[in-house]
Amino acid sequence: MSQTILKKEEKVAFALRALYRKYGYLPYNMSKFEPYDLYSSNKDFLVGDGVITFNDAFGKLLALKPDVTLSIIKNAGGENCKVYYHENVYRISGATKEFKELMQVGLERIGEKGVYALYETAYLAAASLNEISTDFVLDISHLGILSATLEALGEDAAFQKRIMQKIAEKNVHETLALCQSRNVDEEKTNALLSLVKTYGDMQTVLKKLAPLCESGKAKEAYEELKAVCALLEKTEYANKIRIDFSVVNDMKYYNGLVFKGFVGGVCEGVLSGGQYDRLMARMGRKTGAIGFAVYLDLLENLQENKREYDIDLLVLYDDDTGPALLAATVEKAIGEGKSVSAQKEKGNLRFFETLDLTGRKEI
Amino acid sequence: MINVALPKGRLGEKVYATFERAGYECPAIKEVNRKLVFENAEKGVRYFWVKPSDVSIYVERGAADIGVCGKDILAEYSPDVYELLDLKTGVCRMAVAAKKDFYDDRASTLKVATKFVNIAKNYYAGKGREIDVIHLNGSIELAPILGLSDVIVDIVETGTTLKENDLDVVETIMPISARLIANKASFKFKTAEIEKLTEKVGALID
Repeated sequence: MSQTILKKEEKVAFALRALYRKYGYLPYNMSKFEPYDLYSSNKDFLVGDGVITFNDAFGKLLALKPDVTLSIIKNAGGENCKVYYHENVYRISGATKEFKELMQVGLERIGEKGVYALYETAYLAAASLNEISTDFVLDISHLGILSATLEALGEDAAFQKRIMQKIAEKNVHETLALCQSRNVDEEKTNALLSLVKTYGDMQTVLKKLAPLCESGKAKEAYEELKAVCALLEKTEYANKIRIDFSVVNDMKYYNGLVFKGFVGGVCEGVLSGGQYDRLMARMGRKTGAIGFAVYLDLLENLQENKREYDIDLLVLYDDDTGPALLAATVEKAIGEGKSVSAQKEKGNLRFFETLDLTGRKEI
Repeated sequence: MINVALPKGRLGEKVYATFERAGYECPAIKEVNRKLVFENAEKGVRYFWVKPSDVSIYVERGAADIGVCGKDILAEYSPDVYELLDLKTGVCRMAVAAKKDFYDDRASTLKVATKFVNIAKNYYAGKGREIDVIHLNGSIELAPILGLSDVIVDIVETGTTLKENDLDVVETIMPISARLIANKASFKFKTAEIEKLTEKVGALID
């Protein structure tokens, strides 16, 4: 009867923090603002444009943080660290073009490289989605395979970027048209098109992918993806993890494994992340890193957040109602675990049930 | 059940006819009334008519799983959706047009009148040309005639309107046609249904 006080996103946030803790991640608290320089020099890493800036007492330009990962890389000491965070960030939201405060939970694993680190992060991404809803899909991709295929085209960076965009759109016809406009040879074009068209469960895709990744960097990336998938295949989430190359994070920062997660009932991805060794290198760090964030604000759209009424019980009374009776009634209902409001008039709120005490002096 | 947003008007009707041939008919859609939503539960499809420029919004926000939308709208608003098919109908092009005697001496800022502000900005940014964009909502052809702008960026189908107003196409920016788009999240959860529809409709396009 009584409605839970925690909203869906709050429950999820607690569950995720407990999950990350179990895998040895430590909480990471950070300051609300950072020097603006940090963001201006890594502008493309940010999801959206726009940073809220202001001057501190000494005139230095600061920013309300639009992103957590950059702060963690900058501030986390040591070569190895595993941290999780639960923070608000401030950025322009896609649809409304207005600044919004967004709640994120996520983790970063800095240091250790190798198959186990990749697998555990991907597994935790799937487990995170499972905390939100059992109806989820985790898409994974390997940018190493993508970049090897793109480099094989032998075209300039601007062209590769346009192709990447088409791959993100699963746009077969325009990928083909672009290749034809540059007279890319048929074999390379077909290899590219198969990447656009290939998606689905891990085993099927890996099988189809094998002939495309027979040498060099592509083979290396393929073997890594295969090893990670072999481990994921043994987990309880195996049938909810798919390989899909339309997950393309910016290659200036990301390399290797990347992922994006979806849950039923939310119209966009609620989880996003990947391996960002290149960002680490740009920030002068020698180690690799991988991480992801869950966008909790998007969970507002989930149907289970919609409530049918605001308060369990409305107790109506008037000037004739005995105060002792009223107090006892309210206490009793609260004792039963209900939320109660005693009012003289019904007002606009929605109540599950109503108890009319008007004119009654005693029990 | 797949929710399909179709653009109101001739293009939408033509595309619906293709969907019908592909086995996704919904007879109720042909009844003359003011209903906006039509469903055929047996075929697992629900259609609704929306303003053409709104299709991408319905799809991006997941109110529709898939939709049919002009490339002009996709290029202008860059919605975060999958573009699954070129339906090769509603074919036209996005072009720069100007008065017949127009000559671009590149000495001053180019005044560009258009409904498609982002397309115009991106196109000229790619050429390194500084422009002054004038956003109009209709009768774009009037702008160069009255000296409001030097050129216009607009959709050209046959070129008749341009000709009648003494305007000529100067450059083509991109070819335009109707595209089948899909919401990214819907695609994850209704993969088989959407793939099947895409394949069947795709087979009917030459």
